[in-house]
Amino acid sequence: MKDNSIKKVLMIGSGPIVIGQAAEFDYAGTQACRSLKEEGIEVVLLNSNPATIMTDKDIADHVYIEPLTIQVLERLIEKEKPDSILPTLGGQAGLNLAMALDESGFLKSHNVRLIGTTALTIKKAEDRLMFKETMEKINEPVAPSEVVHSVEDGLRVAEEIGYPVVLRPAYTLGGSGGGIAENREQCTEILENGLRLSRVHEVLVEKCIAGWKEVEYEVIRDSAGNVITVCNMENIDPVGVHTGDSIVVAPSQTLGDKEYQMLRTSALNIITELGITGGCNVQYALHPESMEYCVIEVNPRVSRSSALASKATGYPIAKVAAKIALGYTLDEIKNAVTGKTYASFEPMLDYVVVKMPRLPFDKFITAEHTLGTQMKATGEVMAIANNFEGGLMKAIRSLEQHVDSLMSYDFSDLDDHDLQKLLHRVDDRRIWVIAEALRRGYSYQEIHNITKIDEWFIDKIKILIDMENRLKSESMNETLLREAKRIEFTDNVIARLTGYEESEIAEMRDKWDIKAAFKMVDTCAAEFEAETPYYYSVFGSENESTGAFRDPEKKKKVLVLGSGPIRIGQGIEFDFCSVHCTWQFKKEGYETIIINNNPETVSTDFDIADKLYFEPLTPEDVKNVVDIEKPDGAVVQFGGQTAIKLADALEKMGVPILGTQQDDVDAAEDRERFDAILQETGCQRAAGKTVFTSEEAKEAANELGYPVLVRPSYVLGGAGMRIAICDEDIDEYIGEINQIAQEHPILVDKYIRGTELEVDAICDGKDILIPGIMEHIERTGIHSGDSISIYPERSLTATAKQRVIDYTERLAKALHVIGMVNVQFIADGDEVYIIEVNPRSSRTVPYISKVTGIPIVPLATKIICGHTIRELGYEPGLQKEAAYYAIKMPVFSFEKIKGADISLGPEMKSTGECLGIAKSFNEALYKAFQGAGIQLPKYKNMVITVKDEDKAEIVPIAKRFEALGYRIFATLGTQKALSEGGVKCFQVRKVEQESPNILDLVLGHELDIVIDIPKEGAEAGKDGFVIRRNAVETGVNVLTAIDTAKALATSLENKSSEITLVDIAKLDEEN
Amino acid sequence: MDAFLILEDGTVFKGTSIGAVKEVISEVVFNTSMTGYLEVLTDPSYAGQATVMTYPLIGNYGICYDDMESERPWLDAFIVRELSRIPSNFRSENTIQNFLKKNDIPGIAGIDTRALTKILRDKGTMNGMVTTKRYKGSELSSILEKIKAYSVTGVVAKTTTKSVYVAQAQNPDGSRYTGDKEPKRVAFIDVGAKRNIIRSLQRQGCDVTVYPADTTAETILSQNPDGIMISNGPGDPKENVSIIKEIKKLYDSEVPIFAICLGHQLMALATGADTFKLKYGHRGGNHPVKDLSNGRVYITSQNHGYAVDPKSLDPKVCEEAFVNVNDGTNEGLKYVGKNIVTVQYHPEACPGPKDSAYLFERFMKMMEA
Repeated sequence: MKDNSIKKVLMIGSGPIVIGQAAEFDYAGTQACRSLKEEGIEVVLLNSNPATIMTDKDIADHVYIEPLTIQVLERLIEKEKPDSILPTLGGQAGLNLAMALDESGFLKSHNVRLIGTTALTIKKAEDRLMFKETMEKINEPVAPSEVVHSVEDGLRVAEEIGYPVVLRPAYTLGGSGGGIAENREQCTEILENGLRLSRVHEVLVEKCIAGWKEVEYEVIRDSAGNVITVCNMENIDPVGVHTGDSIVVAPSQTLGDKEYQMLRTSALNIITELGITGGCNVQYALHPESMEYCVIEVNPRVSRSSALASKATGYPIAKVAAKIALGYTLDEIKNAVTGKTYASFEPMLDYVVVKMPRLPFDKFITAEHTLGTQMKATGEVMAIANNFEGGLMKAIRSLEQHVDSLMSYDFSDLDDHDLQKLLHRVDDRRIWVIAEALRRGYSYQEIHNITKIDEWFIDKIKILIDMENRLKSESMNETLLREAKRIEFTDNVIARLTGYEESEIAEMRDKWDIKAAFKMVDTCAAEFEAETPYYYSVFGSENESTGAFRDPEKKKKVLVLGSGPIRIGQGIEFDFCSVHCTWQFKKEGYETIIINNNPETVSTDFDIADKLYFEPLTPEDVKNVVDIEKPDGAVVQFGGQTAIKLADALEKMGVPILGTQQDDVDAAEDRERFDAILQETGCQRAAGKTVFTSEEAKEAANELGYPVLVRPSYVLGGAGMRIAICDEDIDEYIGEINQIAQEHPILVDKYIRGTELEVDAICDGKDILIPGIMEHIERTGIHSGDSISIYPERSLTATAKQRVIDYTERLAKALHVIGMVNVQFIADGDEVYIIEVNPRSSRTVPYISKVTGIPIVPLATKIICGHTIRELGYEPGLQKEAAYYAIKMPVFSFEKIKGADISLGPEMKSTGECLGIAKSFNEALYKAFQGAGIQLPKYKNMVITVKDEDKAEIVPIAKRFEALGYRIFATLGTQKALSEGGVKCFQVRKVEQESPNILDLVLGHELDIVIDIPKEGAEAGKDGFVIRRNAVETGVNVLTAIDTAKALATSLENKSSEITLVDIAKLDEEN
Repeated sequence: MDAFLILEDGTVFKGTSIGAVKEVISEVVFNTSMTGYLEVLTDPSYAGQATVMTYPLIGNYGICYDDMESERPWLDAFIVRELSRIPSNFRSENTIQNFLKKNDIPGIAGIDTRALTKILRDKGTMNGMVTTKRYKGSELSSILEKIKAYSVTGVVAKTTTKSVYVAQAQNPDGSRYTGDKEPKRVAFIDVGAKRNIIRSLQRQGCDVTVYPADTTAETILSQNPDGIMISNGPGDPKENVSIIKEIKKLYDSEVPIFAICLGHQLMALATGADTFKLKYGHRGGNHPVKDLSNGRVYITSQNHGYAVDPKSLDPKVCEEAFVNVNDGTNEGLKYVGKNIVTVQYHPEACPGPKDSAYLFERFMKMMEA
């Protein structure tokens, strides 16, 4: 029964997106907020991440986009006076905060209680020792282990248990700082790091069970003690690879009923003993050749796995968990999918779900690709099929990394010895390596012995290899094509293997009537009729999706393309945009259809669009949906690059693109066409030339005048742009990029050292609306997604500001923009130059929507539907500035990606962002740094090392840090410059010099900050790289841009003990 | 080889023949369990039925003979989406392909099992034929007549034990009983029993004497058992007229009784209640059942096509003790003034959740009292 004493609930979100804590918590949190509001609860929301849907004013009653710190939470509780906190739906960050406040007694003294799972339960599950004792009490096996608080103890325990051992720091995200140690040195290294990262300086040293099957159960318990399993999942990669980086299948495939039920019963016994009320995840290691198992860990909250389980089954775990927290029992909660049955049942799947991780190695080319217990994936994709092979093929092509089959990475030129070596390596390309081994006739047993992957999965990979061979060698016929489609070979892949054109394969499919059919995810294997149109495609089956309107009153259908997996450069922002656009189209009377493949997002929740198709975002997969739904139009401007890329294909299918036309998008991207537009509209951009050789480049540079910006005409991983100040720089740079690729034009532009600005605008074809102008703290050369962004801008001259407005308007009109456009500028005095124009929604839209209170996406959607800006009650042009400064701060996950170069440049590297909002600029900046986890000062020691051209500029900044009480260390050159500038500074030896040198200082753990301004370009292995890596891995804040360092100084100078909290939901009233 | 499933409504599914090549007419039912296909194959309650597995991948972990719920498979035909090309499990001793062949069970693979399930859900359980022969025109019409005429009969006699035997008490881990207490003596009426019911009693420390279905009440009572267990079994409960009469006599005795599935229906019929055929039955491992004595909901393993009609219950004789949360059907009865509890579902699991195993403990307490 509902507990009516709960009236006002505080929900804590998970903060910026980092590896191990991504969009899944926005999904869970949003679902939970809606579930609470449905029950008439007043919801207060705290989350520092402005890109989330949960921080919308229509999701919660009071929204605070503030740093997730104890100080903020305490002030918020005093201000809002909630009666309860629901801590288990916002990920580990929120849970840790709530726990800290519970432990300090603050909650008790303010009459706030934790609802859902209790603090004691959380401790029993998360505290290693208590967990072990609890498991022992109920005879649930755990691997032999011991908790340690020091490196010495850890080494002793490791020797007792015997190497290899697994090291797991307590209370960290995504296994941060953990790992497997094979020997004493590795053990020491991981222990030092793990102890530091753990909130309670605690690491578990455990027997290594690598190679066992890894199986997870998602379970739910209510306050009456009713328990259910939502789903179990089997990792294809055995224990040793973080489940977030594993290929995972649901339900388990190689477990018999005896094993399935043994672990299920265990999971239910565990949540019963822990007293969980809500959702919980239990991870097991199951011995592959006996019934022996052990519990790896229990997460007493919703998690990445629970989001996956929800999407895999249709069972809304977060929604149910929120209802349970309010006191409802499972048999009182309706099953929203069937509309008939109740939440007290277990979903039955009549399909297979395959999840694959999206790893960031395309952005971090220097990073180690190996996978272990530290999660590295930024996102994931999910595929649904009625056979495993098909599921795997769909998942592969959903990854958005130019792969579409087991042929996408070619290892055929390796000799057997090297292939063997690769098979032993656990990395992101392992299944492709296995495919190559199978092509060469390796036996299942051999591959299994090396990889420990179950032979059942190896056989499935072999089925795909067999089909490749058949397509290559047999002549095409109906049976063969049917079979190839059944296991999800795309027409394109079939064409490549058979030598036919893709269009010919499509014709054959027409002739033989081989069409995709859509089946429903209904939670119950068709036992009950379901109401929710959540579909996946299969071949060779009856189609259940008729394409008919769900609501016969509606007359028009719109297709909204999602943005695929979360990856660097394409984050949760685009899901925010897709969801808002969908909601607005619904209001405009359209039936809405979403296609997406990311299980972590709100957009793939089954009740966002009228119909959800969980499918890869490729032209063929989209066409399957289009053939059935025949939408009246498609919107691509909200789904980032993934969606934009599909625009051409959609036009060919005869689906009108709503809003800005594809030809105009192309015009903005094509340098020549865009130059013509600039000319025509009288907008200037930095003068530039396109060249091919070093000689031509130098000639161009001298003509333009140094400094110049040199960059390849298209982005090559890692080799980005470089600022050249002399001919030598150009020679060096062109030498570097020619190592990677030749014969591509190189662009040489006049480098304008100014302020970077950004505008998101809406255009109806006649008028434009500019919600606000944002200014970047970092100067040109750093990707806009990695820059600190300030709204409203503060350094433009009146002339320049007017130019920004004029240029935006001229370009939007010239490009015939209907809907969103994003323009980036450089301002230098009164001069304004265009950097680029993207006629689509951008990453800053959620942030600027929230701080200006202007519902940008809904407005743009209305305009796409034919309304005008004036009609919607807005005066065109730049809108009145908000009464607040809002600063968007990028957040990075560098410590998790071993080997990644952390220096900032033109390639985006941040995984997420947070917001600092306040009436004063300085407080906003302070909050933004706080939100990004930079909580200083601690030890008041710092290192500065800069290149020669920055030496003059660094002196005044160093002075400010000195004034803040910092002891400054520097290597010879910088030290000299600082001393000459009057800064007291200690010299340290360089890396290659004898110890103690700068590396010892970094590893000594008493540094707050390293300011290291590297030369542009890749420089893995060089001194700076080593220093930065080591610093980041030991938790030191590393700044690689002068402007960031300046901003941090400002922030620290203005550190105030009082912090003001801003309710975003009430901004309208103040603006 | 092509195989066909012809439903009595004329729907034909074309797939690939699996198992034995032979033609059978049977009642087509679906099971939603994602694991436990061997337990389903060998559950005597499927005698007279052809079973569709809604989970598409079957045979993944091969055949582990220890998991068989009786000495052989009883169903008439097995209908699946896909049989795994290889089995992979350390316990596997055979492939499902061989197992079906060896046991002369025909089947069909490669059909749209979800489409079939939807037909059975919407139109109700119906008869069908599995064949490798292609019927057309008038031939098909006469076959359809034959299919319609089929009914499941005589299946209890077919599946029950042919002779009395004793299964001795065991420790919970399956070893020979070493407990302090004298083992309870349970008379077990096998009307098509699954092994794990007997095993569950053994592991509670009971010596179980298993009787054929046609054993008289007098014979059973003459042995002075501490308790009586009536098993699960196949078919229409009302068909078992003489067994029902004997069960009424057992009801009249003071011996504690626990009955499962068919046993539960037979006790209800013996004491004046009625049963009816469900539209498409409950077969799977995810059915929520509420224990009305404490309000708790348990996820249960189920396999039944008939149910006791709660409207037919005489409140002086019995009351509902368990109900299905999904459709409100009766899932168990408590008999007024009697030491008798009966349930419609399967606390012995196999396949399915073991959450209701506590009912065996409850039966032990009933025998203590």
